[in-house]
Amino acid sequence: MGAVRLVAVRLVSAALVVWAAATCAFLVLQLIPGDPVYAIVGSDALVSEEQHEAIRQQYGLDEPLIVQYLAYLGRLATGRFGDSYQLQQPVATVLADQLWPTVQLALGATLLAPLLAVLVTVATSGRANWPRRVSAVVELVVVSTPSFWLGIMLLTIFSFRLGWLPVAETGDFASLILPTITLALPIAAVLTQVLREGLLGALEQPFVITARARGLPEPAVRYRHALRHAALPALTLAGWFTGTLLGGTVIVENVFARSGIGRVTLQAVGDRDLPVVQGVVALSAVVFVAASALVDVLYAVVDPRLRKRTGVQAA
Amino acid sequence: MTTEQVDPASRQRPRFSRPLPGPAVLLSAALLALLLVAAVHPALLAAGSPTDTDPLQALQAPDAAHLFGTDQLGRDVFTRVVHGARYSLSIGAAATAAGLVIALVWGLVAALSGRFGDAVLMRAADALLALPALLLALLVVLITGKGVSGATIAVAVGIAPGFARVVRAQAMVVRRSGYVESAIGLGVRRPLIVLRHVLPNTVGPLLVLGTITLGASISTGAALSYLGLGAQPPTPEWGAMLTEGQGFLHQAWWIALFPGLMLVCTVVAVTVVGRHAQARSEGRYAS
Amino acid sequence: MTEQPLLDVDGLHVRFGAGATQVHAVRAASLRLYAGRCLALVGESGSGKSALARSLLGLAGPTASVTADRLRVAGQDALRFGPRDWRRIRGRHIGLVAQDALVALDPLRPIGTEITESLLAHRTVPRSQAADAVVGLLTRVGVPEPEERARQYVHQLSGGLRQRALIASAIAAGPGTLIADEPTTALDAAVQARVLDLLAELKEQGTGLLLISHDLAVVEALADEVAVMRAGVIVESGPTERVLDDPRHDYTRELLAAVPGSRPRPARAAPPAPGEDLPLLSVTGAVKHFAGGRGARRTAVAGVDFTLRAGETLGLVGESGSGKTTLARMVLGLVRPDEGTVLLDGLPWSGAPERARRARRRTIQLIPQDPLSAFDPRWPVSRVIGEALAATGVPRRDRLGHTVRLLERVGLAPDLLDRRPAALSGGQRQRVAIARALAPEPRLLVCDEPVSALDVSVQAQVLALLRRLQNELRLATLFISHDLAVVREVCDRVLVMKDGRVVESGPVEDVFAGPAHPYTRSLLDAVPKRARRISREPAQERL
Repeated sequence: MGAVRLVAVRLVSAALVVWAAATCAFLVLQLIPGDPVYAIVGSDALVSEEQHEAIRQQYGLDEPLIVQYLAYLGRLATGRFGDSYQLQQPVATVLADQLWPTVQLALGATLLAPLLAVLVTVATSGRANWPRRVSAVVELVVVSTPSFWLGIMLLTIFSFRLGWLPVAETGDFASLILPTITLALPIAAVLTQVLREGLLGALEQPFVITARARGLPEPAVRYRHALRHAALPALTLAGWFTGTLLGGTVIVENVFARSGIGRVTLQAVGDRDLPVVQGVVALSAVVFVAASALVDVLYAVVDPRLRKRTGVQAA
Repeated sequence: MTTEQVDPASRQRPRFSRPLPGPAVLLSAALLALLLVAAVHPALLAAGSPTDTDPLQALQAPDAAHLFGTDQLGRDVFTRVVHGARYSLSIGAAATAAGLVIALVWGLVAALSGRFGDAVLMRAADALLALPALLLALLVVLITGKGVSGATIAVAVGIAPGFARVVRAQAMVVRRSGYVESAIGLGVRRPLIVLRHVLPNTVGPLLVLGTITLGASISTGAALSYLGLGAQPPTPEWGAMLTEGQGFLHQAWWIALFPGLMLVCTVVAVTVVGRHAQARSEGRYAS
Repeated sequence: MTEQPLLDVDGLHVRFGAGATQVHAVRAASLRLYAGRCLALVGESGSGKSALARSLLGLAGPTASVTADRLRVAGQDALRFGPRDWRRIRGRHIGLVAQDALVALDPLRPIGTEITESLLAHRTVPRSQAADAVVGLLTRVGVPEPEERARQYVHQLSGGLRQRALIASAIAAGPGTLIADEPTTALDAAVQARVLDLLAELKEQGTGLLLISHDLAVVEALADEVAVMRAGVIVESGPTERVLDDPRHDYTRELLAAVPGSRPRPARAAPPAPGEDLPLLSVTGAVKHFAGGRGARRTAVAGVDFTLRAGETLGLVGESGSGKTTLARMVLGLVRPDEGTVLLDGLPWSGAPERARRARRRTIQLIPQDPLSAFDPRWPVSRVIGEALAATGVPRRDRLGHTVRLLERVGLAPDLLDRRPAALSGGQRQRVAIARALAPEPRLLVCDEPVSALDVSVQAQVLALLRRLQNELRLATLFISHDLAVVREVCDRVLVMKDGRVVESGPVEDVFAGPAHPYTRSLLDAVPKRARRISREPAQERL
């Protein structure tokens, strides 16, 4: 199979995931009780029959469901989601404006969490047992800590008590530190658990005995051989990782009163601003698909067995 | 006939013996028992009212009279935390149970229906898994509206697609297992095989998974309340209490500290007990 | 002149853990290994042979405590070794070849990198010359196209090449001693012989070989001396010829008697003459394809015909992937053939609707390779067998009595009734599987590698049981195995399968005496000499 066809297959399946997610969102939003017109003008606004009709026409709400669905798919394909009910701007503009702060946050956590996880794993995977035990307890507590409370506590300590870091968004790096840590810590804790489990598992594999029997020093055995194997189970968490990251931005942006997609999402849900919600759903599906593609590449880098099967020779 | 010689595999039998609960498990179980008392009969632990305000007593630091201090409206934080156990525990437990039931039906139907039904059901799960669980929960809240029951349904729907995949995978393993094939080979009827082998061997591991997920569900439920979509003020739900307390952080750290601490302890305790249950059942369900 | 031994061990003890749960894996073991010689450690799994070998590398593990009166490795006192000393010895003076290269070499790295690692660990070769050295080593162990192979990963190599690569990585730094831990167990028979030749060659060149094996045939081919281990104790040792021909310890005798093919073929009720009555099972033109990766189609069974009569045992022989198991599943009615028919009692079986087949299914029962996965893990033995009895209409109140009788029949005591499968030994499990298969009073048994997961002595007991049951119940048996010696022991006729086709068939004696197809010959060549010798001159020898 040619590389072109492989890429094509991937793209089609990616498009299918986005389409399916968007369709789910469309169907879900049809189940919302109440008249969307009131979501547009506000629930206690008085609207006349004609105004009501005009709004329905303007947003295409008078069309049959299937037409609305096709129109929705058409907008999805072209990246436009219509106008926000509340903000009176195109959804694409709303999302584009809010994208950067969220990207900063998510990117920071994406870098920080695996880094922390690897560092802690390496530091606690020596021969002595107690660092592992301590670390395991810390991980358990961090994993069990809801990110909103973690954020609030970090704020209380570092901003209110110690006054080291700004309370709210200032736009500079300092105001990014606490939100990034809040987002990254629980993820890092889970990754550490998985990495350590993987490392200890890998160290029981026969190839480790072989490597030791070569006279290889212990650090080389651990980090040249075993750590790479430990990365494999961690990579399977990619879907969870993306989801937690995106879900986490909703909470972290609210705790730290930062602007961003998460904030917009929560607002849109509160205001029943359906075009914005649909836009967010489509955006996360695209991010998810892109992340999975990236992880597939990473898999192939780490594990040659998953690369294109060639040259299997008989003796 | 020569006598059977016990081969070395049986020497590994201790691996299958059930681990005894350690001090951490006992402590966790005790905490959960206490929380259960708080949920069922909070007045036993905190006699006062969780919603009575007393402006004169507002923002008191923790002392003998107010163990956890008072909030901006003068409500006793300890009393509110105790009364809040009911909401957090019930949202988490009900959502996990509902999520498991949805997933069980979803996954089993997928595993047992033909190739087409399986494909449709699993692609649907994939599509929902492409959305962050929290976003999925937010979509559900749009339909159900804010409130405790809405948040419960939202959390349940959030965990169902992932569980459905687990159920299906496990059911497929069981379906292709030697014992199901042996039952087919004996001429046992299909519904009976499903009832006798597939269902119990799928539910077992799922229950263990559920125990562990319970902690996460409690946490997500509280997160929804924190975001203003679950329990509404003045309900003493732990997440909602944090929202209320967040405006007073610079004066009164205790308003936010104690509900969150309770939340962490609860989730830790549930996880510890859950892992213990998992370890105990490992010998039975390990392949 | 007294030559100095490479390994000199006296009174070695290896213990795992501490306190009440301590396992005393090796007790007072003594051995000596000289250059150019091969010492074989023989024993069943759990006998402590691997723990003993690992302790000679200082790799017995963190929970192990190793004590000895004397432990000299490569002329040095290893009792005083610290981690650094061990590292200096490992690879350089004593190398390890483990069982299965697929997992014993790091699957994430090319084999060339793995071999280079051995070279550089002791700086025996400067980095700049490492690549050439790797090619030289691969050539030495008989790997063709070494430059290209060095860049490949373990999973891209065949079993034989992999094992050669593993050997190359073990001898890279030029160790005088090689510990080979079941070096050929994971290999198909024909490949096994070639890897043994390579090890013999290394021995000729002066390497001292410590061979660990449960397989007496491998030992016979390679070893100069044998030490038999049981429960951590070396019960007998001496020159290979002497130990194998004149075993002095009961356990050695037991092991030798358990080697498949070492027993005379038992007298059997004469198999029915063809045409005497209707065949119980007849398979005609059976074909089965499976969807391979990316739209490819793999043909598992490509047109197979055979018949099976009551009381007859048909052996189905072939290496892994030859289509044996798919054929068996067709016979069991678990896989539908794409072409061809399977008739049971002269009536359609393969194409019949499940409704019609259900009542007839009890006629054919399976004895699986791995009974553990064939039992519902939640169910005790009584329920496992009870299900089989219920399915064939035994009323509830009679089931317990039936179950106890069935267990008795397969040589198990009724106190196992409440055990779950995980709490049974391998041999007990296989007996329970046989009891379950007998419960519906079948007329045809399909045995899919029924003893290959068992230790040899247990294997022999289970085979004896199967033979007895066949004779008592006049069961027709389809016996699948990759082990020709086992097949020869229990079968009347044999089918040799390769790539989904039957390449040779006929009465067992004829096929063994004069194999017609080159593939059959290559399979037979791989059968250990001793087993072949014994099979040619049955009855009298040693008994």
